Amino acid sequence: MNYLVIVIGAILVNNIVLMQFLGICPFLGVSKKVSTGIGMTGAVAFVMILATIVTYLIQHYVLEKFGLGFLQTIAFILIIASLVQMVEIILKKVSPPLYQALGIFLPLITTNCAILGVAILTVQNEFNLLEGVIFSTSHAIGFGLALILFAGIREHLDLQDVPKGLKGTPIALIAAGILAMAFMGFSGLV
Amino acid sequence: MSQLKNFSKGFIKENPVFVLLLGMCPTLGVTSSAINGLGMGLATTFVLLMSNMVVSMVKSAIPDKVRIPAFIVIIATFVTIVQLTMQAYLPSLFKSLGLFIPLIVVNCLVLGRAEAFASKNNLVSSVIDGLGMGLGFTFALVTLGGIREILGSGKIFNITIYPENYVTLVFVLSPGAFIVLGYLIAALNKIKKN
Repeated sequence: MNYLVIVIGAILVNNIVLMQFLGICPFLGVSKKVSTGIGMTGAVAFVMILATIVTYLIQHYVLEKFGLGFLQTIAFILIIASLVQMVEIILKKVSPPLYQALGIFLPLITTNCAILGVAILTVQNEFNLLEGVIFSTSHAIGFGLALILFAGIREHLDLQDVPKGLKGTPIALIAAGILAMAFMGFSGLV
Repeated sequence: MSQLKNFSKGFIKENPVFVLLLGMCPTLGVTSSAINGLGMGLATTFVLLMSNMVVSMVKSAIPDKVRIPAFIVIIATFVTIVQLTMQAYLPSLFKSLGLFIPLIVVNCLVLGRAEAFASKNNLVSSVIDGLGMGLGFTFALVTLGGIREILGSGKIFNITIYPENYVTLVFVLSPGAFIVLGYLIAALNKIKKN
């Protein structure tokens, strides 16, 4: 039951993009087409789950054990940066087709605040490892849901007659606001 | 380019939020009130200023291949300083900004200026650029936070302007952030064209 609360809370109620404002850059940057949105979601989910596991282990077995809690920010961002680099190298070697599909998105992920945000939230909420994995997986699904829905809306927006001043980013932001309003409807669920 | 121009470009012409669209996460996440926007803006300005300064001083010592990780470590150091100082002296602001303080590390604006400006220019220009961009970012955050606070809670900097019965709550909630920023950018585009 506890796990179900985490899943629904992370995907719908506290949606990472629309309610917590993490990962806005890729949300606005790569949401012009549904297909790139799906690619980005795959890359983010992959790195997010891996990063949460590694940062969790480092936090509990290195930082806390030696009283180095103040190094959290520096340690986590370095782990994420090297993890992204490592994933890129391994993917290139092991699965070239997957690398082709995710490759261009990987360098962008280091500065995606959703990854670091979820890693820090997992520590702040004092989850255990299993809860942390479920938490990060649901956040990745929530990210994908918001991104793909928004990409669908933007594909339609391209065909509409938008007032001149609102073209481009402004109308995209307003559409995102209306999407966020729809997600507010889930707020009573948990 | 004169230093004055270098300083003032961050406000309107190359405003990081309204024009360059950098650092959107904290922009949308913390601007439920003007005071939060101000706190976040000044914290980012400090990090930007210090990281620009250090990056421009050590740029020749960093090999080109590892420059991004090196920049990130420099930025993370200053973010940790801000984090610990704010936690000690401004605990209530620290609590309301929450997660977004450690997330200054991944603010594309800070890394973007380090990479695009400080790693190519001398110390004085980099410091001025950092200060100008940081204050431009603060200006954008306070504007956005102020508008949302007036519409959503009838106050500005905690001073009541009109009674709470007439407020539109949605503006301090998450949809309001997207919508207000959208209209602000549209208005700015209009002004710039004329």
